[in-house]
Amino acid sequence: MMQDIKKWAFGSLWLFILTIPFLGIINALYFLVSLIVLAILWFIYKPFEQNILDVQSKLLQLPMPSIRWSLYFVIAILVLILPFISDQYITNVATSAITYIVLALGLNIVVGFAGLLDLGYVAFYAVGAYSYALLSTKAGLSFWAVLPLSAIMAAIFGIILGFPTLRLRGDYLAIVTLGFGEMIRITLNNWDSVTGGPNGILNIKGPATLGLSFSQPHHYYYLIIIIGIFTIFAVNRLNNSRIGRAWVAIREDEIAAEAMGINIVKMKLLAFALGASFAGIAGGFFASKMKFVSPESFTFFESVIILCMVVLGGMGSIPGVILGAVVLIILPESLRGFQNYRMIIFGAAMVLIMLFRPQGFIGGVRRRLELHPEDEKILKQETESLYDVKQK
Amino acid sequence: MMLNKNNILLETKNITKTFGGIHAIEDVNLHINKGEINALIGPNGAGKTTLFNCITGFYPPTKGRIIFNGEDITGLKPHQIAETGMARTFQNIRLFAEMTVMENILIGSQCRYRMTLLGAILNDKRTKNEEREISRKALQYLRFTGLSKFANHLARNLSYGDQRRLELARALATEPKLLLLDEPAAGMNLNETKGLMELIKKIKDEEITILLIEHDMRMVMKIADTITVLDHGIKIAEGTPKEVQKNEKVIEAYIGRRRRTA
Ligand SMILES: Nc1ncnc2c1ncn2[C@@H]1O[C@H](COP(=O)(O)OP(=O)(O)OP(=O)(O)O)[C@@H](O)[C@H]1O
Ligand SMILES: [Mg+2]
Repeated sequence: MMQDIKKWAFGSLWLFILTIPFLGIINALYFLVSLIVLAILWFIYKPFEQNILDVQSKLLQLPMPSIRWSLYFVIAILVLILPFISDQYITNVATSAITYIVLALGLNIVVGFAGLLDLGYVAFYAVGAYSYALLSTKAGLSFWAVLPLSAIMAAIFGIILGFPTLRLRGDYLAIVTLGFGEMIRITLNNWDSVTGGPNGILNIKGPATLGLSFSQPHHYYYLIIIIGIFTIFAVNRLNNSRIGRAWVAIREDEIAAEAMGINIVKMKLLAFALGASFAGIAGGFFASKMKFVSPESFTFFESVIILCMVVLGGMGSIPGVILGAVVLIILPESLRGFQNYRMIIFGAAMVLIMLFRPQGFIGGVRRRLELHPEDEKILKQETESLYDVKQK
Repeated sequence: MMLNKNNILLETKNITKTFGGIHAIEDVNLHINKGEINALIGPNGAGKTTLFNCITGFYPPTKGRIIFNGEDITGLKPHQIAETGMARTFQNIRLFAEMTVMENILIGSQCRYRMTLLGAILNDKRTKNEEREISRKALQYLRFTGLSKFANHLARNLSYGDQRRLELARALATEPKLLLLDEPAAGMNLNETKGLMELIKKIKDEEITILLIEHDMRMVMKIADTITVLDHGIKIAEGTPKEVQKNEKVIEAYIGRRRRTA
């Protein structure tokens, strides 16, 4: 409790002082007041936190699958009819949000599951986008042929990055991956004859199918929904598989994982390659939608934002990462009215979340394993009989 | 000690490991018979853990060969050695802290199954059946080690003694022929040590050979069939507990060390 009060006091004061030069003293004071209001709300919420967490983990865990499914159902309907109940602007924002969901889920494989801190993830997004741009403009291939090729190209680059960094961990890995990301961007910027340098590549063809050529925002919106569903499905399956478990084991303790027969080299490279391939798909989609790619879209800042989505949402948790991506795209958009304060509020929100929920929105809730019903019964009986013995 | 060639599960030939100038172990020849409990003892810094690390592939030995189950396994990677049928625990517990107890054991029991990307994503019938076998095995080892009631607890929330037990369960789940335990009783109270001894005997009854590093002499003398003594990286004695207890060099190594540290 005291600790929390201290955290709030220092945090608010620090943000207050930091914002004076931007906002002027009066506005900064308003800002401070709103922080204090937030703090009070926090302390009202705090005593109920355990209850809320319990409810949350119950919702995420066993019973009431019907509630969970109806929730998913409602979200699915809303997502599907969005272009009809809103305008083009919102459809575009939603398209971008789902693109980032794909990116964040891909990065989540590397950072969240396998525990490899990658600060150059945007490089694979760039490789995907440029692969698409080049194959589409120079080789004249169609969208459906190029998209998988973008994924494969990005996966190859993932392995190229993975090899020299296999022995690195934590900070060292972060620095090397950061360098790799910049290297790709600088190469794209300077290799004029192929990439068009800072001018980028223009006139990229969009997808076309069954006589429909994609021109409207909602065409792309439905396309990215299909890509997004595929990504969520694949990443979820991976998470619940032997491969997913092996990744988490490596994240938790590499040496113990090796002693348990896990091939660390193979699994790390697989994580890099798969993570990158989702970025490659997102990159291909991005190029086809924008009709234009240039190195500007693939700066270090992008890597940071995608990483924030993963960390903020809750590392390793798929719903968490999805929520993180949605919040980080929608929050800055919805703050457009605040003009200059936008990034400050955004930054402040991030700092506060990390101070008070370091595990992210939906992190730290380890899902209970779903066993075969029969095995589940056996386990339950056994657990109960053990407790019986204890009580006697 | 019987040295029946067909009965030897693990043999090290002149294993040597140096770190810079330090000879952590030197020319150690070890013979481990199938089905026995073997203890590896010696004062602190004698090189016991280093020998474990060489056998399980974590350190490449500077010199020497390791023969396991008739095969030369020198130079294999730790994960390959695990596949040949060796499992170990660590002196300082190494669990997957943020995974549940069940998941920790699943990592062990999935060791005997192939991991394929296609299988993971399609989740086909075969993958499903294998998954079920894996979790059945894990449940079996949960029961065997008495951890069933903690199945869904995070590993880091277990008590110290239970964490040691879990590390053992996880190693057992890989279905090893040889189990290497590095000071399993360290830090345990009397009750926990007693439980552990019973568990080790139960493992022996399953026809799993055990190599055990242990400082608790009472425990070693009670459960070991044979004992190997290391001092300053050199094997100074081997034999039955009775033989080793009477060995002059062993007494010298232990008492000498005690005098030095006192
Ligand atoms: N990775 C390493 N690098 C350098 N020296 C090492 C390394 N590992 C072990 N040593 C040295 O090798 C010697 C033997 O260490 P080892 O850990 O094998 O002893 P031990 O018998 O397991 O002791 P304890 O009973 O304290 O666990 C020690 O002198 C130690 O300092
Ligand atoms: Mg040791």
